[in-house]
Amino acid sequence: MIGFTYLAAILATLPLVLILAHLVRKGASSLSLAFFTHMPGSVGEPGGGMANAIVGTLMLIGIASIIGLPIGIGAGLYLAEKKGTPLASTVRFLSDVLNGLPSIVMGIFAWEVLVRPVRHFSALAGGVALGAMMIPLVTRTTEEMLLVVPTSLREAALALGYPKWRTSISVVLRTALAGIVTGALVAVARIAGETAPLLFTALGNQFWSTSVREPIAALPLQIFTYAINAYDEWHRQAWAGALVLITIVLIISLAARFATRSRFGAPVD
Amino acid sequence: MLQSTEVLREKRPMRIITPTVQVRSPEPTTSQVETRPCIVTSKLSAYFGETAAIRDISMSVPQQAVTAIIGPSGCGKSTLLRCLNRMHETVPRTRVEGSVQILGSEIYGEGTSPIAIRRHVGMVFQRPTPFPTMSIRANVAAGLRVDSKSHADRGATSEIVEEALQRAGLWAEVKDQLDESAMALSGGQQQRLCIARALATRPRVILLDEPTASLDPLNAQKVEELVYDLRKTVTVVIVTHNMQQAARVSDRTAFLLMGELVEFASTRELFTAPKDPRTESYITGRFG
Repeated sequence: MIGFTYLAAILATLPLVLILAHLVRKGASSLSLAFFTHMPGSVGEPGGGMANAIVGTLMLIGIASIIGLPIGIGAGLYLAEKKGTPLASTVRFLSDVLNGLPSIVMGIFAWEVLVRPVRHFSALAGGVALGAMMIPLVTRTTEEMLLVVPTSLREAALALGYPKWRTSISVVLRTALAGIVTGALVAVARIAGETAPLLFTALGNQFWSTSVREPIAALPLQIFTYAINAYDEWHRQAWAGALVLITIVLIISLAARFATRSRFGAPVD
Repeated sequence: MLQSTEVLREKRPMRIITPTVQVRSPEPTTSQVETRPCIVTSKLSAYFGETAAIRDISMSVPQQAVTAIIGPSGCGKSTLLRCLNRMHETVPRTRVEGSVQILGSEIYGEGTSPIAIRRHVGMVFQRPTPFPTMSIRANVAAGLRVDSKSHADRGATSEIVEEALQRAGLWAEVKDQLDESAMALSGGQQQRLCIARALATRPRVILLDEPTASLDPLNAQKVEELVYDLRKTVTVVIVTHNMQQAARVSDRTAFLLMGELVEFASTRELFTAPKDPRTESYITGRFG
């Protein structure tokens, strides 16, 4: 039995190791400074980069965070403060349902609400779709982190004459902050690689654009476009793009661990 | 709201003697003619849902003295204490009946803010509760910073922090690490830090809810000595289920049983010549 769990533990990490090794082998050779600074080249033309897609992905993450973090943290705070109320139970349940919603459905929703009425794909629509995906993730981690803050701390603050809202923010939220930051970064890492919600919202763009009202390039979309084409050069670019994407996600995950460590002296996991 | 809290401020001269707000102990004893009562409860009952945790408690707590509340577990002693700074009502589905006057002001009066009351009635809990994200200095100043009116300059704040730590007997131990985390302190030090935090706002009353229950004997003794000294400057109400502790630190002792005040007398009297047979059984260890 112990031997089986040992084997399972090794197998659990195997996919990540294989993916990383494969990506490095296939993609590293196409990585160069130009990949980060240049625009995509035309078909058959060697070189070219994904500067627009990298910036696009960062912009989409930014828009998603502006929407997802405040709403998610606010909702989590509500759930933790009013845990027994009917509204809290409803919100908690719906939030779990939303969490399980297939990401393509989120894309269709954003298309219906933000693309179809204006007849125009946009970075904003993509960011909103990703942001909506972040909300339940952030809500639940925030709630869990707040619930582990001991009631005695809340009481101590109230007994000092802190108003209720001030207790929630400057004592309870602050004590749970490291955990909430970690949760937020994990949510960001989770949505950074999403492709489906972007297919009919951000759409992708072969040109340089930083306008939120225009279609925007994104790494996952660019990888998808390049990978389904027949050109070897584009395939190599797709591998390099995947390597960059996974590196961005890895950096965010490491930042999440660091945020936890530096506050409490030891990671809370 | 302001009216009632003004009276509680230490800096101000006491107004209790003005005829309109005069308060008298219901049964002034000869030995107590000098000391005016600090806290007067009358017919105080507190409920959790429909269950009364304390019933019809009328007592008057003398000023600048230590009053102990003793009784077996579940007798309502903590609830009584938590009614004195309106902490009882922070728990959902609770309510309070009757009246509590502190220095002549009704704390359950209409329009009286519980927040204002709590700023002038300090409280320390069974387990130390330093704020983990704050430094030692910030912990002590936590109650000051929340009071927007006393946004004093840094110099004044650091003086208050030093004074509070001195009074809590912690200054010598922490003066070189004021900006370090409060979590680095030992349990006993953390508890004295909480006492310093409660003292920093210069309350007239300080409520201690079994402050030594989670401490080792040596640290418990330090806190006890501190409580003994505090009587010179503040009115102390301490809940304890350690009868020896009550006998050592308090001037007056209240004995609670099943939510009722059985006996309230000077500590010496209560422990040497209890009037009620139930008090006698409890202090002689027949139950509890």
